[in-house]
Amino acid sequence: MSMTADYLELSDVRVEFDGFRAVDGVSLTVLQGDLRFLIGPNGAGKTTLVDAITGLARAAGSIRFGRTELLGRKAHRIARLGVGRTFQTASVFEDLSVLQNLDIAAGAERGPVTMLRARGRTPERIDETLETVGLTAHRDLKAGTLSHGQKQWLEIGMLLVRDARVLLLDEPVAGMSGEERTRTGELLRRVGADRTVVVVEHDMDFMRSFADSVTVLHAGSVLSEGSVAEVQSDPRVQEVYLGTAPTDAANDSDEAVA
Amino acid sequence: MTPIVRRHGATLAGFAAVAVALFAVAPSVLSTFRLSLLGQFVCFAMVAVGIGLAWGRGGMLTLGQGVYFGLGAYVMAMHMKLDDAGPGGVPDFMQLYGNGEVPLWWEPFRSPVITLVAVAAIPAAVAFVLGWAIFRRGVRGAYFAILSQALAAAFAILLIGQQATTGGTNGLNGFRSFFGYDLFDPVNKRMLFFIASGALLLMLLAAWQLYRSRYGELLVAVRDQEQRVRFLGYDPALVKTVAYVIAAVMAGIGGALFVPIAGIVSPDDVGVVPSIGFLIGVAIGGRATLFGPALGALIVAWAETSLSESFPSMWTYFQGVLFVVVVAFLPRGFASVSALWRRRPTPATEPAPQRQEATV
Amino acid sequence: MDALFAQLFAGLSLGSVLLLAALGLALTFGQMGVINMAHGEFMMAGAYTAFVVQSVVGDAGLSLFVSLPAGFLVGGALGVLLEATLLRRMYHRPLDTLLVTWGVALILQQLARDIFGAPNVEVRAPGWLSGNVDLGLLQVSSARLFIIVLSVAAVVGLGVLLKTSPLGRRIRGTVQSRDLAETVGVSTRATDRMTFFIGSGLAGVAGVALTLLGSTGPTLGTNYIVDAFLVVVAGGIGQIKGCVIAAFGLGTLQAAFEYSTTASLAKVAVLVVVVVFLQARPQGIFSVKTRSLV
Ligand SMILES: Nc1ncnc2c1ncn2[C@@H]1O[C@H](COP(=O)(O)OP(=O)(O)O)[C@@H](O)[C@H]1O
Ligand SMILES: [Mg+2]
Repeated sequence: MSMTADYLELSDVRVEFDGFRAVDGVSLTVLQGDLRFLIGPNGAGKTTLVDAITGLARAAGSIRFGRTELLGRKAHRIARLGVGRTFQTASVFEDLSVLQNLDIAAGAERGPVTMLRARGRTPERIDETLETVGLTAHRDLKAGTLSHGQKQWLEIGMLLVRDARVLLLDEPVAGMSGEERTRTGELLRRVGADRTVVVVEHDMDFMRSFADSVTVLHAGSVLSEGSVAEVQSDPRVQEVYLGTAPTDAANDSDEAVA
Repeated sequence: MTPIVRRHGATLAGFAAVAVALFAVAPSVLSTFRLSLLGQFVCFAMVAVGIGLAWGRGGMLTLGQGVYFGLGAYVMAMHMKLDDAGPGGVPDFMQLYGNGEVPLWWEPFRSPVITLVAVAAIPAAVAFVLGWAIFRRGVRGAYFAILSQALAAAFAILLIGQQATTGGTNGLNGFRSFFGYDLFDPVNKRMLFFIASGALLLMLLAAWQLYRSRYGELLVAVRDQEQRVRFLGYDPALVKTVAYVIAAVMAGIGGALFVPIAGIVSPDDVGVVPSIGFLIGVAIGGRATLFGPALGALIVAWAETSLSESFPSMWTYFQGVLFVVVVAFLPRGFASVSALWRRRPTPATEPAPQRQEATV
Repeated sequence: MDALFAQLFAGLSLGSVLLLAALGLALTFGQMGVINMAHGEFMMAGAYTAFVVQSVVGDAGLSLFVSLPAGFLVGGALGVLLEATLLRRMYHRPLDTLLVTWGVALILQQLARDIFGAPNVEVRAPGWLSGNVDLGLLQVSSARLFIIVLSVAAVVGLGVLLKTSPLGRRIRGTVQSRDLAETVGVSTRATDRMTFFIGSGLAGVAGVALTLLGSTGPTLGTNYIVDAFLVVVAGGIGQIKGCVIAAFGLGTLQAAFEYSTTASLAKVAVLVVVVVFLQARPQGIFSVKTRSLV
């Protein structure tokens, strides 16, 4: 555990696309060890918010990791500060092996000499991570041949192996089987204990089982925030999920209200 | 067997084969004239090794390698011209077309040391400026290709426009000596061939080390998922620029060795057409393989010479058809033919050209 | 003062030629990401069409007005042929289309050489296009003026087509999001083919226009393709107005640099300007905003 707990603090974050406010004044704080779920209907701005934090989308306001302001930094600098993310569509290096994927993820700080040499023994940290995400048996397979769920685990592993302090996971369990979801949830609980984790998710069951706290985003703004129970009983949340009804959200809303 | 032999047996055998072919077989079966010709092709092969790195591994379609080849070549040619003219002397063509004075920017190349450094350093510097400017801003891949091509066009036009200082369309030619060695002596011609072959072998070794290294893996990762690499804390612009600069240096050295062997360099060797021409050999050999680009370049150059000797117009058709067939239907070059032959179909989902391991 | 106007006109004239050459490219590159290096050879085909038409028709004026649509059809037909036989298979690897179309360009050049001979051929301009026009402030070549008018007409025509016709709507939809267009039932394949027809047809028209400025040879296209692509890059993809601004901007710059230095240095200077410009706007002057990561 680090001496002082990390935290991610957003205040009045705004992202605009050609005059359209995709994120419109979001403020929220996520503490280390608090497994935070970010939910909301399609187009609510969840992915855009993650983009803003990681330097992919240009944003206004303030986004701080501990004392460090992230806004205005380049994406790779933000990543080096320990902020890691995954993408909605799994994006591992399909042409490289699982081991190579993790090795690249672990090595942003390597010097030129190390880079120009071939890898010798597998670094210990990589072995541990393989164990953690359950891919030890697959370490020499090309990442492109992994199942969808395994790719997502590899992505999470790629954040763990470089010891990212903040994990921003964009719909990590989309398309996973029930059993894979449970394993993923347990993995997140384990790795989330000493990290700051934000999970963007659609799946309400998954959220109920694993979330410590929830932020509901709607039309670019925070609609509600609190524990799972609090959020579920919030009438505004129910209204949003029942009112506008894109298919996904409609299914979810039934459960959410139930 | 030592581990390195066990793990890399095929590759090491490949190196041995290249070495034997260039250092033993070629000199004993080829006439001096043909050997010189092969020496020129070897210089093209050096450019191809660099393209394999930048394009095959790094995904940067560089259509301007002629520029770097030309920079290396003209630097060397200027030195040889000055050397032939003697201390304080003026190269012959300048007396013909110019005011009979050596321009200031030629003067540094009187020095052999500066020349040797500049052969690598000037291409490296130009490639760094262009590459960094483009990659830093994440300019799209196609834009890079187009800009590199525009560079080749501009460079050729620039050379043609400066008749008095670059020889214009004629280029620089009529060299008599190379660092004091008489270029008409067959022994020295042979020596030049060996130097070029040695340089090619060294470049292949360098490419091998790069491909095996962590940097090589990272380069492939950048090629396939540039943004992803960024979010792991790397600057993809830097990764790409390094490969592009190395490719430029290889082309520059190839150009520098081409001049004494061919006895001429002119804008015809550096413009848009020759710059794209370098790519076909790489595509045929297999762009992401280790030996493929060099081998492909040698074969294409050889085919061009023999075909255009007998049927000049056929060569253009042939080259056109090669581009179409190889790139459209055999994106892995030879490698895809041998894969067909072994009946190991490539998985349907993969965009074939980008996914290839480094072995022939 | 006169020199300034003459310079300005030279820039406009060069810009209009670049625009004609780049307009079709911007369309095909914007919609399909295809980098068609044979576009220059489609121009060359248009120019030879004008030559052939003139040898059949005889009268220079009539032949020009027959050649313009004929060049459009010839260019368009070549484009559709290319699209249907090769490019259709290659949409998932746009960079490779560059090399394939380069191969096609080589073949077309050699064909022209074998059919019409290596030396350039001349197409006679009609009498009313061979002299100068007095614009009050300066005398300008009437052929160049005609090309400026033609390029404006091409832009307006294309703009109207894209804005108002159903095909135009499909094209714009596909440029913005190919996947989305497909899901709402646009046949992107048919749209692609029509786009290619129109874009390549414009190359044919450009080729006909070029016969008014000089002689026609097998490498006519190569002389323009690099600059035309530079216009597309600077203009940004997906919108005509970027292309128009970039063409006239680069044309004027080129003319101005030529005036103050030499033609060859001007080329280098223009390239530097484009690279520096891309530092500020990596996507060009205008671009369709997409979410893609690449
Ligand atoms: N690059 C972009 N350009 C224009 N609009 C965008 C862009 N990215 C996202 N948007 C818009 O912003 C809104 C939020 O999108 P997103 O963050 O993906 O929502 P979510 O992830 O919550 O489903 C959507 O309306 C989307 O269309
Ligand atoms: Mg999303």
